[in-house]
Amino acid sequence: MTSQLLDTPATGTLALDLRGLRKSFGTVRAVDGLDLAVRPGEVVAFLGPNGAGKTTTIDMLLGLADPDEGTVQVLGLEPGQAIAAGRVSAVMQSGGLLKDLTVLETVQLTASFFGGTRPAREVMQRAGIADIGDRKVGKCSGGQQQRLRFALALLPDPDLIVLDEPTTGMDVEGRRDFWNALRADAARGRTILFATHYLEEADAYADRIVMVSHGRIVADGSAAQVKSLTSGRIVSASFEGTIDAAALRGLPGVVDVEVRRERVLIRTTDSDSVARHLLTATDATDLEIAARGLEDAFIALTTDAQAAHTAETITETQTEKSHA
Amino acid sequence: MSAVAVPSAATRARRGLNLTYLTVELRRLVRNRRTVIFTLVMPPVFFLLFGTVESYKTESVGHANVTAWIMISMALYGAILATTSGGASVSVERAQGWTRQLRLTPLSPVTYVATKVISAMVLGLGAVVVTAAVGIPAGATGDASRIATSLALAWVGSSVFAAFGLFMGYLLPAENVMQILGPVLALLSFAGGLFMPLGDGVFATVAQFVPTYGLAEIVRAPITDEGVSVWALVNVLAWGVVFVVGAAWRFRRDTARA
Repeated sequence: MTSQLLDTPATGTLALDLRGLRKSFGTVRAVDGLDLAVRPGEVVAFLGPNGAGKTTTIDMLLGLADPDEGTVQVLGLEPGQAIAAGRVSAVMQSGGLLKDLTVLETVQLTASFFGGTRPAREVMQRAGIADIGDRKVGKCSGGQQQRLRFALALLPDPDLIVLDEPTTGMDVEGRRDFWNALRADAARGRTILFATHYLEEADAYADRIVMVSHGRIVADGSAAQVKSLTSGRIVSASFEGTIDAAALRGLPGVVDVEVRRERVLIRTTDSDSVARHLLTATDATDLEIAARGLEDAFIALTTDAQAAHTAETITETQTEKSHA
Repeated sequence: MSAVAVPSAATRARRGLNLTYLTVELRRLVRNRRTVIFTLVMPPVFFLLFGTVESYKTESVGHANVTAWIMISMALYGAILATTSGGASVSVERAQGWTRQLRLTPLSPVTYVATKVISAMVLGLGAVVVTAAVGIPAGATGDASRIATSLALAWVGSSVFAAFGLFMGYLLPAENVMQILGPVLALLSFAGGLFMPLGDGVFATVAQFVPTYGLAEIVRAPITDEGVSVWALVNVLAWGVVFVVGAAWRFRRDTARA
């Protein structure tokens, strides 16, 4: 951790600094005023549904597309410079490999494009493909190809690795192997930004989750913070008679009460007292308590008109934390 | 500190030819059985089929016998196949995202294109050399320096078809471009008078509009006394423009999409 700080050229040089990014394709606003600062050593999940602008943002930060407005700085450099210097590398979603080459040939060829790289054997080892060096790329599974892309990204020993939906189309085992390889690498202090629409991946592997929707950031914080945005749990129960929703709203910790025919759904930060009340003071039956996961937070935030306000609140929390 | 040292080390390999890449490209060509058969096996085989009739060995076309005339035509056919498949592979590799992957490395686009062109030309040279190596012992004779000039022209002139390959590569489905272009080129070569003399009939009239026709006439000019007709020059230039403009048009559309 200490060495990570020392290696950073100047205090305050961000791994990634995106300001006011905008990009439209025809009438479609793919990215619509996006600001993001990533500090060295962070593992950030860029989370959003398809079409949220994740890939467009990644293309811009890698210099594969030019923003209509705004600025991109990668490790204090222009994207093209950062790539030429081997300081940022990327694992793209699909393609980008020659099927008729072997795995080892691909690694050696890509290494030749750079002036100095880590040894081929080492990056293959770290990506977990050391045993399939002689296999033709076309004969590799989707997961193996993805770990090959990861090995290629490790070659220049970059400060920042960007991954665009790296586990799309992988089976469960392939996905686990891939994340194990990445996680081992993140432990070495490298900055990692990955786009995903798998909420569990963001939850399990990132220090920080940045949620995007319609080209904007709608939430930014740790998985716990993002979850707590949409408070607590949902208690639901059935009633035979009339439901006194007003009384339920008056209970401590209750955020929202929704009546669906004979069933009531109560969103609360204190599920215990709601459950106790329902079971002792009312004739409620079939009581259920469900935790609100990241998925709920995600749906709530990306569809909520108040999302922008919420995002600001949590960003402030995040900033305070980083100053501490 | 590392921020200053790393860029200079990593950018060192950016410019100039990358020999590793060229070697890999040549290895890929040789490994591709279809490419080898089309460019290195079919031209000499076609030569043996069409060019070794006894009467061809004694009949002269000016400065060489008909057998030499057909040998040179087949060498051009092989070289055209090589450059066409080289050009087509650029668009195939774009479709596969390889060129996009390259943009994430310090390799310059100029080096990429140069590597593709050089490897295609090396393969084309292979086609010319193999055809000559089969043709000369099999009876192709004449003015040696004129035959050599024609063979060299066949090699250099085939580069026009790199643009044809690039253009077609964008128009046809990526996975089997050469499966389609192979027979198409055979047909064009046949119609353009590469495989046998056309005579004066309808075929000869049609041939003037076929892309291989003008190039074939220019390449064979040193061994014939006929010189180069205006039609041949117009043919080469017009088709050259069509290929280059077409390739550029598709290339731009393809880039705009990203």
